[in-house]
Amino acid sequence: MNNYELMVIFTPVLSDEDFKSSQKKFQDFITENGGAIVHSNPWGLKSLAYPIQKKTTGIYWVVEFTGPSDINEKLKIQLLRDEQVMRHMITRLDKYAVEYNYTKRNGGFPKLDKTEA
Amino acid sequence: MAKNEIKYLTAIKQEKPKKKFCRFKKYGIKYVDYKDIDFLKKFVNEQGKLLPRRLTGNSLKYQRKVTEAVKKARQMSLMPFVTDLYK
Repeated sequence: MNNYELMVIFTPVLSDEDFKSSQKKFQDFITENGGAIVHSNPWGLKSLAYPIQKKTTGIYWVVEFTGPSDINEKLKIQLLRDEQVMRHMITRLDKYAVEYNYTKRNGGFPKLDKTEA
Repeated sequence: MAKNEIKYLTAIKQEKPKKKFCRFKKYGIKYVDYKDIDFLKKFVNEQGKLLPRRLTGNSLKYQRKVTEAVKKARQMSLMPFVTDLYK
C-alpha cells in the first residue's frame, strides 16, 4: 500500500456541483479499487502560469490517497477518458513527504523563517 | 599620472562573499513540496530558470530534489517554463 498524491486541473467552465460530482467520482473510483483517501483538498479556480488548451485558468484539486501499486494505471485511464480533466499528475510520496503533508495539514510548521519547508 | 587618480590610504575592502550553506541540511528540511511555490521561487531566477548549485549553495542531494519539484510544478503550470520579471 503506497502513498500517492493526485493533482488534477479541471476546465474552468466546470460549475460547482460538476466539480463536486467529478471529485466524488474519482474518490469512489479509488476506494472501489482498494485504495483509501487520506485527504482531499480542492484549491478551486486558479490562474495558470501558461495557457493549457487555450484556457488561462483552471480548477485545481489535490487528493492524497494510499492504494496498491496497480491502482494508478486504472486511475490514469479514467482521467484520460474524462474530457473535463485538462491535466493530471500522480506522484508517489515517500515517508518524508507523507510526514510533510501531515504536519502541513494540522498545525503547520512552527518556525516560519525564510526557509520554511 | 592621471590628474584624477584617487589614492586610497588603505586598500578597498572587497565585499567577502558570505559563506554559503545548504539550507536543507541546516534547517533539517527533508521534502521539497512541488506545491509550495514561494519556497521554490528562491531557486529560480527572474526568467523562471533554475539556479545552479554554486548560487543556491545546495548540496547535490537536495538540489536534485529541488529540480524535480520545480519541473513538477512547471508541468502542473504552477510555475512558468519561461517568463520575465518573475519574482
